[in-house]
Amino acid sequence: MTTTPPDNHLPVTEPPVNSETAPYWEAAAEGRLALPRCEQCGYVIWYPRQFCPECSSTEIGWFDASGRGTVYSFTVTRKSWGEWGQAAPFVIAYVELAEGPRVLTNIVGVDPDDERLTIGMEVTAVWDRTPEGQGILRFTPL
Amino acid sequence: MPATGHTGIRGAAHIAGAYEHPRREIPDRTVAQIHTEVAAGALADAGLQFSDVDAYFCAGDAPGFGPLSMADYWGLELRWFDTTEVGGSSYLAHVGHAAAAVAAGKCQVALVTLAGRPRTGGRRPGGSGRIPDAPEIGFENQFGLSIPANYALAARRHMYEFGTTSAQLAEIKVAASIHASHNPHAFLPREVTVEEVLESPMVADPLHRLDCCVITDGGGAVVVVSPEVAADLDRTTVKVLGHGEAPKHTTGGRPDLTFTGARWSGPAAFAEAGVTPEDIDYVSIYDSFTITVLETLEDLGFCPKGEGGRFVSDGALVAPHGRLPFNTDGGGLCNNHPANRGGMTKIIEAVRQLRGEANPGTQVPDCRLALAHGTGGALATRMGSATLILGQEDA
Ligand SMILES: [Zn+2]
Repeated sequence: MTTTPPDNHLPVTEPPVNSETAPYWEAAAEGRLALPRCEQCGYVIWYPRQFCPECSSTEIGWFDASGRGTVYSFTVTRKSWGEWGQAAPFVIAYVELAEGPRVLTNIVGVDPDDERLTIGMEVTAVWDRTPEGQGILRFTPL
Repeated sequence: MPATGHTGIRGAAHIAGAYEHPRREIPDRTVAQIHTEVAAGALADAGLQFSDVDAYFCAGDAPGFGPLSMADYWGLELRWFDTTEVGGSSYLAHVGHAAAAVAAGKCQVALVTLAGRPRTGGRRPGGSGRIPDAPEIGFENQFGLSIPANYALAARRHMYEFGTTSAQLAEIKVAASIHASHNPHAFLPREVTVEEVLESPMVADPLHRLDCCVITDGGGAVVVVSPEVAADLDRTTVKVLGHGEAPKHTTGGRPDLTFTGARWSGPAAFAEAGVTPEDIDYVSIYDSFTITVLETLEDLGFCPKGEGGRFVSDGALVAPHGRLPFNTDGGGLCNNHPANRGGMTKIIEAVRQLRGEANPGTQVPDCRLALAHGTGGALATRMGSATLILGQEDA
């Protein structure tokens, strides 16, 4: 998958990594989108956790996703506060991954007023880097 | 699993007192003082004293250690407390819980309070981002998701699936503003037009500034009592007929942004009350944003899913003669959204309508049955929904 994001001016913050989410962040640091999947029922779970909300199993495995998805909904934030206010306008979206889950993210590499920006637009994962080298998942048009 | 011994709370308790703080900017009081002023107001309205209170309900806006701090501050002797914290839906849940506690003989006079100073105290509306150990936080706080943006995601998807328009959403603000023009305490007391809403600055597409609620200091309180206590009071009371509450969440990563938890809390409340949407004379609908109202009306069954835009477009929500008068105080959209939570004011205005004490020009004639609904959290991630059906004393 493409892993280098188009230029953008979005703030990056170090994510909170814990024992439940470490596999996700280890992959993210390498530019891979790892998703948790229930070993019992096969449900692909989002957000990452060591529990399946579909069948209550705690047997959770991980696999690398394609990074492909489509926009389920989006909004162009025109006014916000703090460093995000400085970054406005920017695009927030739910992207429905090819593997099923809908993930909150930003769409980068497209002008917020570009008419290509629509529900259903095909996108692919890119990774912004935090100062400590962690990966922040965003998406860009295919 | 079916509940056993189920009897419900229909008629188990009455709301005997209700009070909304008249101010919208309160820089000269502590949060505890505002809780005190609204508690005193609601108790006085009921004809009761602090010393009569044997149960206290509060949510995350209460200072310190919630009921422990406030029972200490007020010197209360309590038999029951409840700190259910589900954002703006908390206070409607509290009334349902209070009615259940009264029905179980656990208390007789339950005080519920809300207060906060987001306007002059500098606290902006928050999301789960303010809760550092929320399990979802690392996957939601990296993207600049403000509260308006969260609701905008829902509005965009509703538009996509059902053809809902910004002008239809604006009709909700217009109706609220007409009501606010009759309210001397309203923060935005001026009627606005659909065009003004559409021309107001875009905050998060497709939501404009005037699609958003106001940010106000303030508070409110209600007093829930047993039927026996109610019978001894001079004041007209309001009967609690039904209650429902439910969380709606992201379903393991498959959130559907076109509906709210009212889909579950509403039918539960209607079933307990033994009435249907057609029977309701007045509704208080949580209105953090115009889209919140639209989706909630659909989920409560006032119109089919997806028809909300058309439903609100012909003055249906405007009192006194619309098909379904709503938020006759001006709501969170124009009147008051104290502590960034409009749930308490939803209950209070429903009580005013059922007592015939709404502002002149907005009183619904012969208002016998009312619904009040609260939404906490946010539409595009996770929310609490709570519904109350209230009636006149003899309902
Ligand atoms: Zn499972």
